[in-house]
Amino acid sequence: MENSGIVTMDVLRNELEQLRKKTTRLEKSRKDQLSIAIVSGDMDKILAAMIISLAAAAMDSKVKLFFSFWALSALRDPKKKAKGKDFISKMFGIMLPKGRNRLKLSNMNMCGMGPVMIKRLMKKQNVLSLDEMFQQAAELGIEITVCEMSMNLMGFKKEEMIDYPYLRYAGATTFVADAGESSMQWFI
Amino acid sequence: MTTEELKALKSNLTVDARGTACPGPLLAAKKAIGEIESGEIMEILSADEGTKNDIPRWCEKVGHEYLGFYDEDSFSRLFLIKD
Repeated sequence: MENSGIVTMDVLRNELEQLRKKTTRLEKSRKDQLSIAIVSGDMDKILAAMIISLAAAAMDSKVKLFFSFWALSALRDPKKKAKGKDFISKMFGIMLPKGRNRLKLSNMNMCGMGPVMIKRLMKKQNVLSLDEMFQQAAELGIEITVCEMSMNLMGFKKEEMIDYPYLRYAGATTFVADAGESSMQWFI
Repeated sequence: MTTEELKALKSNLTVDARGTACPGPLLAAKKAIGEIESGEIMEILSADEGTKNDIPRWCEKVGHEYLGFYDEDSFSRLFLIKD
């Protein structure tokens, strides 16, 4: 009996040593994190980005989304208004989609018929709507970073962005830093 | 596990995700897993074909033990043991 006890101790010690090596290796490798730079403001691409992000977050990966340029339209709150814009900014504001429910399709937009049909199909086939996806994203702690430079360039203001619990404003450096520590880095 | 073995299982929690498409079932499973203890069995009902591939991958990643699935008329039942 005593002998078998010693053997077990040795086996355990060996196992522990193996585990220690493994954790060291894991600590040195990149984080279980997904970083996406979302530049496109097309409805289909925002949908794809959100679906993949939700799946990743549900699988316990940290998710950090960096919205810039055309994608910022998806973060506009249609109910909010920003004051003090110059002429060009006002024009941009009028011409760009006001919020995630006004986005266009990259293909088959057909003057707005496409998005209407897609939304109807999504509902019929029980796919979450973009509204529901943003709500789930908030519940799962998905972080959204607004590219402040491109927000200014597009003539948007902080006051017209959606209320989202993990929303922050930063620059390209933040994305590069986030992406650098992520095991998955994408561009949409 | 065979279908017979799965049918004989007593689940501690059943999550009905039949009314939602990808990634809905995964989100539902993720939310519900917090309601049971380690070692307990969760059953997921899904009408989304992809779920049969997705749930095993999720289990593999986060450490739950995937037991298998069997098909009903218009949906599938998937089983796992919480880590």
